[in-house]
Amino acid sequence: MKNYIKYLLAGIFFGIVLIKSEVVSWFRIQEMFRFDSFHMYGIIGLGVVVAMISIQVIKRKNIKDMEGNAITIPPKDPKQVTRYIVGGTLFGFGWALTGACPGPLFSLAGAGYSIMIVPILSALAGTWVYGKIRPSLPH
Amino acid sequence: MIEFLRQPWPWYVAGPLIGLIVPILLIAGGKLFGVSANLRHACAACVPGDIEFFKYDWKKSGKWNLVFVAGTILGGFIGGWLLSNPDPINISAQTITELKALGISDFSGMLPSDVFNWENVASTQGIILMIVGGFLVGFGARYAGGCTSGHAISGLADLQLASLLAVMGFFAGGLFITYIIYPFIF
Repeated sequence: MKNYIKYLLAGIFFGIVLIKSEVVSWFRIQEMFRFDSFHMYGIIGLGVVVAMISIQVIKRKNIKDMEGNAITIPPKDPKQVTRYIVGGTLFGFGWALTGACPGPLFSLAGAGYSIMIVPILSALAGTWVYGKIRPSLPH
Repeated sequence: MIEFLRQPWPWYVAGPLIGLIVPILLIAGGKLFGVSANLRHACAACVPGDIEFFKYDWKKSGKWNLVFVAGTILGGFIGGWLLSNPDPINISAQTITELKALGISDFSGMLPSDVFNWENVASTQGIILMIVGGFLVGFGARYAGGCTSGHAISGLADLQLASLLAVMGFFAGGLFITYIIYPFIF
């Protein structure tokens, strides 16, 4: 269990940032989809830039992880176009309806918005149904 | 110090902090940042049925991530209780006008409490927003192979074309709901 404390701490850090940046706010998500504020675009944009620079540094300097293993990022298969477009659009429907993506759903539940248990359970059901009908879906 | 932390954090502080989660997890143990995979791990752990998609060693591949999400819940508690900002969120006036026109009146919390409450779960509006919405978050994230963290942050940062397609889908879907569907459910 000792090896997992670092992931717990990283998760705590993430949860606090999600709340304090107001990324968890249903209102902020509406503001984003209505193009009324730069707030969400600034957060996602700068997040991508910082992560991109970090990944480049890790790759070029061949930095190893704390367990001494080489760091590799498995590439996603870009030939599967359907799953990204159709799956992405369905996810976008859910994102705008609940006003939250998975990280914020959990962070909001922790912040005391107990009603978020409902979309979390529904998201588990959605994941399960996807697993069930996966063989018959086009990817 | 506490007073300082209680204020909302601006986008140019929060954005880089979220971006840093990616190298933190890579260096901690070669893990790739992505929250929605936990929904799959939870299914694999609790209700795998006899489904191929849930037959894998979730402890080996997913335990770290379930611990991470437990931390996210705890972080939500710390951010939302101990460091909570007492003032309403400073949303743009244009968004407030448009949401008021839809009938939303309570702007005090993170969610409109006149819509997202336990009494409203079984109404048509509540079913569409919370139950159908949550279902699509879970279904869509797994179909697309990731959510906002996995595709929009990790995937774009690693220059994955697949993630760009997925993010375009996220926005197409979100805009469709916001502009076409919202007027019917509010």
